[in-house]
Amino acid sequence: MQITCPLCGARDIREFSIKGHETYLHRPDPEAAPEEWNDYLHNRENPAGETRELWHHGSGCGAWLLVTRNTITHEVLGAQLAREARNAG
Amino acid sequence: MRYSGLAVLAQGLTGNKGWRPAWRDPAPKDAYDIVIIGGGGHGLATAFYLAKEHGLTNIAVLEKGYLGGGNIGRNTTIVRANYGLPGNSEFYSHSLKLWEGLEADLNYNVMHSQRGIINLFHSDGQRDAYARRGNAMINQGDDAILLDTEGVRKIVPYLDFEQTRFPIFGGLYHKRGGTARHDAVAWGFARGADRRGVDLIQNCEVTGIDIENGKVTGVQTSRGAIRAKKVGIVVAGRSSQVAAMASMRLPIESHVLQAFVTEGLKPVIDNVITYGMGHFYISQSDKGGLVFGGDLDFYASYAARGNLPMAEHVMEAGLTLMPMIGKAKMLRSWGGIMDMSPDGSPIIDKTHIDGLYLNCGWCYGGFKAVPGSGHTFAHLIATDRPHEAAARYRLDRFATGRGLMDEEATGSQHNLH
Repeated sequence: MQITCPLCGARDIREFSIKGHETYLHRPDPEAAPEEWNDYLHNRENPAGETRELWHHGSGCGAWLLVTRNTITHEVLGAQLAREARNAG
Repeated sequence: MRYSGLAVLAQGLTGNKGWRPAWRDPAPKDAYDIVIIGGGGHGLATAFYLAKEHGLTNIAVLEKGYLGGGNIGRNTTIVRANYGLPGNSEFYSHSLKLWEGLEADLNYNVMHSQRGIINLFHSDGQRDAYARRGNAMINQGDDAILLDTEGVRKIVPYLDFEQTRFPIFGGLYHKRGGTARHDAVAWGFARGADRRGVDLIQNCEVTGIDIENGKVTGVQTSRGAIRAKKVGIVVAGRSSQVAAMASMRLPIESHVLQAFVTEGLKPVIDNVITYGMGHFYISQSDKGGLVFGGDLDFYASYAARGNLPMAEHVMEAGLTLMPMIGKAKMLRSWGGIMDMSPDGSPIIDKTHIDGLYLNCGWCYGGFKAVPGSGHTFAHLIATDRPHEAAARYRLDRFATGRGLMDEEATGSQHNLH
């Protein structure tokens, strides 16, 4: 598996570590209902197919990436900077 | 027919013409009292114990592929009861006791071999942790012996004891642990359930769960609609997809866990050994292959295969621990689809839908749990009350924060176990 980092180009999977599903980009408000926090922390759609998840390019540029990936084929379909993805809504 | 030494002898003398298929291949009926979704180890065991312990036989097990084609065919066959936390401790103890009577219960040779497990430790802190775990095991009524370096050396002299980075300080020896023939476990439970009247229906994919007024009424399948009073979901890595049919989102992520086997070798490793300083554990199958595995790849996956970095890590850890296996040729590798829960412990519980029951979250430890899981899930389905050995496997523990069972003490979030 290789991920194409927007800053560094195509790099081996060993340079990256995964945080988890895109859910982590959408942290609830501190005062949000417990159900919302439970959904954020625990409950997952867990898709068989295309998914979006946060990866950290720790052995590269240090950027947080939002990677689109297929969980059945392991094909990496794209990556963008997490902060840009979040600012874009 | 009943299997016995006499049957083998009689069949041998008469041309082996009397053997019959071990189970029927029935067409699905319109309705059952209970439908179990998933014909893997846990689902087949659930059906078996529903019939054996509760006398319920109007049951169908629905399997989208073939019986035992999922994780029970894709594991490293280890059986043990060496957990430390309340909740897990009594459950795995219960499961191991069922294993010890399983072959007689099933009239089937599952090749359960209590060859002993040694968990190695490599520092003072790790020794303390294993001493504590061993005490918890003994308090639970199971067996544990804390070995020093010489104690380990007597049993497995071929390890690299003087390795400079991680010298072996000792090991926790669990003599009743061991291995079993994984496929035979599925087949034994399948045959046992079938003989008691359970319909095992293969190539039957569940495509929908029917719910009316908050109560389950049946399932839609690739072979037509089937009505049911109670439905149990036991589908491991596919739990999220099946639960979504009942509009549920589960605290589950599916991950890949890899394992490996070498060419057949003469007997050399006669127990199970786990390395404490890299994720590596090994045993030798009765065919002679060295069977070993490591940690998750740690990204979500349904591919049933992993990537090379984890394979490399496992090989490195193995060679660090026992350089003698360096010349063995690896034959095959595979991956199972693990239903990972946030705290690393399973879920056996009712759902908010009347008559719909859930069994999932087995993470990377489902094989040894097969009899215990089937036994306690059957109890829950039959009586609507949790079995005492599985009472803490609640679905709501993540929402409430009460009763989390984080055996590794790394936290209760995805990607930490």
